[in-house]
Amino acid sequence: MSERVLMKGNEAIAEAAIQAGCRFFFGYPITPQNELPEYMSRRMPQVEGTFLQAESEVAAINMVYGAAGAGARVMTSSSSPGISLKQEGISYLAGAELPAVIVNIVRGGPGLGSIQPSQGAYFQAVKGGGHGDYRLLVLAPANLQEAVDLVTEAFDLADLYRNPVLILGDGLLGQMMEPVEFRKLPSRELPPKTWATTGMRHHPHKNIINSLVLDAPGLEKHILHLQEKYARMNLHEQRAKSLHCADAEVVIVAYGSTARIAKTAVMSLRQSGLKVGLFRPVTLWPFPVNTLSELVPKVKAFLTVEMNAGQMVEDVKLAVNGARPVHFYGRMGGMVPTPEEISSECVRVLGGVR
Amino acid sequence: MAKVFARPESLVDMQSHYCPGCTHGIIHRLIAEVMDELKFADRAIGVAPVGCAVLGYMYFACDMHQAAHGRAPAVATGIKRVVPDGVVFTYQGDGDLASIGCAEIVHAAARGENITTIFVNNGIYGMTGGQMAPTTLPGDKTSTSPYGRDTHKQGFPIRVAEMLATLDGPAYIARVSVHSVPNIVRARRAIKKAFEYQIAGKGFTLVEVLSTCPTNWGLTPLEALDKVAKDMLPYYPLGEYKDIESGAGAKK
Ligand SMILES: Cc1ncc(C[n+]2csc(CCOP(=O)(O)OP(=O)(O)O)c2C)c(N)n1
Ligand code: SF4
Repeated sequence: MSERVLMKGNEAIAEAAIQAGCRFFFGYPITPQNELPEYMSRRMPQVEGTFLQAESEVAAINMVYGAAGAGARVMTSSSSPGISLKQEGISYLAGAELPAVIVNIVRGGPGLGSIQPSQGAYFQAVKGGGHGDYRLLVLAPANLQEAVDLVTEAFDLADLYRNPVLILGDGLLGQMMEPVEFRKLPSRELPPKTWATTGMRHHPHKNIINSLVLDAPGLEKHILHLQEKYARMNLHEQRAKSLHCADAEVVIVAYGSTARIAKTAVMSLRQSGLKVGLFRPVTLWPFPVNTLSELVPKVKAFLTVEMNAGQMVEDVKLAVNGARPVHFYGRMGGMVPTPEEISSECVRVLGGVR
Repeated sequence: MAKVFARPESLVDMQSHYCPGCTHGIIHRLIAEVMDELKFADRAIGVAPVGCAVLGYMYFACDMHQAAHGRAPAVATGIKRVVPDGVVFTYQGDGDLASIGCAEIVHAAARGENITTIFVNNGIYGMTGGQMAPTTLPGDKTSTSPYGRDTHKQGFPIRVAEMLATLDGPAYIARVSVHSVPNIVRARRAIKKAFEYQIAGKGFTLVEVLSTCPTNWGLTPLEALDKVAKDMLPYYPLGEYKDIESGAGAKK
C-alpha cells in the first residue's frame, strides 16, 4: 500500500507524472511553477528519464512534439506567458494528434501580469488559444490528491484519444502543501502506438507525423475526423462534483482553487440554514453540461465565482440556456476571493430569488 | 550490364514539387545516397521544415516528422532523446533556420545535440514567393527588398556555419555548394561525414549547402548556378568550419 506524503503542489504533479510512466520532460523556468521542472531535474535521472531545460517555451513544446511523435509519454509545464508561447506547438500537437500532458499553473495577466494565482487562462485553455479547430481535454483539480490522480489519468486519456491534455491549475494549487497518496488507477486498455516514428526497423511502412493537409477536401475531412473524436470525448469525459446541490436554491459554480474557497462559504451558509450548493466542474473541456443542466429545474439561480473577469460564466450560461439567472462574482489580477465575500454575494443572490 | 545510375532507395519513387532547375532536388538525392551507403534508412527519422522542403516528409523513404516553422531542431531533439539509437536529421531553409528558428538551431548546436542538420541556403524565402531572407546578399532584389537589400536599413546576411562554429557543442560544421559537379561530390562527402559523426555519437553536425532558387531569383537554372559561383561564394566561403577529429576550429 502506498503511503501519504506531504508535498508541494508543483512537486506532487511532477511525481504523479513520473508514477504514470512519464520519462521525458521539457520545460523553461517561470514562476509560480518552478518547483515542477526543478523536481523533474532531480527525479528524472533517478528513473533513467530525460529532463531538459529548453531555450524557450516555444522550443520546449516542440521538443514535446518530437518526443510524443516518437511514442514517449512526455510532459511540459509552464505558467500563463509561457503557455501563450506554447500555443503554436499545442496547435500542432492537436493537428497531428499526438498525446502529451501540458501543465499550466496560471498567474495573473494579461501581459507579464503578476505571479499571483489567477484563472484568467480559462478561455485560452478551453476555447483554443492556438490556431485552428481543435480542442484540448482540460482537467482542473481543486486539491493536491485530485491533482495527483488527474495527472496520472491525463497520460492515459492523452494516449486513448491521441490528444494533448491540459492540467489547469493556479499559483495557489502549485504552491500549497497537502498530504497526497500516489495510487495505482485501474489500468485502461490503450491503443498501441503503431504510428510512432521510431525508425522503419520497427514497422513495415514509414510513419509520418504531420499536420499539413494542403488540399481543402482533405483538410476538411481531417478536421471532421477531429470533431468526431471531440464528440466522443464530450460524450465520455464530462466530469463534475456536486456538494449540497439536491435541495439548493442557489448553486455556486466554481472550479479549482476558487471551488475550495466557495466550499467553505457553502458550509457556513448551510450552518445558517441557507439552501446553497456547489457545482464544481472537474473537466473544463468537455464542460460538464449534462450534470449542470440537470440542476436547472431544481435551482432558482446560479452564481459563478472565478478568479478572473468572467470567463467560465459564459459556459455556465450556455448550459443554463436562459432558464435561470446566472450571476457572476470575480476577483482578478492575483486577488483571491474570501469565503466571506462569496457568502455575502450568495446571500445577495438568495435575497433576489426569494 | 552494370547499373551506373539509379534512384537511391532512400528516395521515394514519386515526382517532387520542386521547380525545374532547383537544387533542392540534388540535395535530397545526396542525403538519400548517404542513407543508402551507410545503410541507416531503417533507423532514420527526418524532420521537414516549413519552406519549399515542407513536403520533404513524403520524399525520404524513412520515418518523418513535419515541424513548425524554424522548430525542426527542437523537434529533432525530442525525437533523438526518445530514440537515441535513431539517426535524426533536420532539413531546413534559410528563413526557417536563420530567421524564425535562430534560437532553436543555436541551442541544439550548443547542447551538442547528436543530430544532423542539412541547412539549405538559397538567400531567399522560396515558398512564400521570394521575400528577403536573413541570408539575402547586400544589394540583392527580392519582393520585400525591391530596391536591393540596403544594409543600413535591412542589416547584413548571417553566416550560419561560421557563427555556429564558434560554439563548443558542434562536432562538425561545413559549408558546401551544389552548383557544379566537383562541388556536388564534395557536398556528398560532407553530408556523409556529418551522418557518420552522428552515428558514432560525436555530437551536433551541420552542413550548410548553397542552393539556387531560379524561380524567385528570376534567372534560368544555368544563370542561377552562375550566381552561386559569382555572388554567393565570395560572401559564403566553402570549407569545414569545425571538425573535432581534425581539430579544425572557426576560420575567419
Ligand atoms: C509561423 C509561420 N510564419 C510564417 C510562415 C510562412 N512561411 C512559409 S515558408 C516561409 C519561408 C521559407 O523560406 P526558407 O526557409 O528560406 O525556405 P525555402 O522556401 O527558400 O526553401 C515562410 C515565411 C509559416 N508557415 N509559419
Ligand atoms: S521556389 Fe525556389 S527554392 Fe522553392 S522549389 Fe522553386 S526554385 Fe526551389
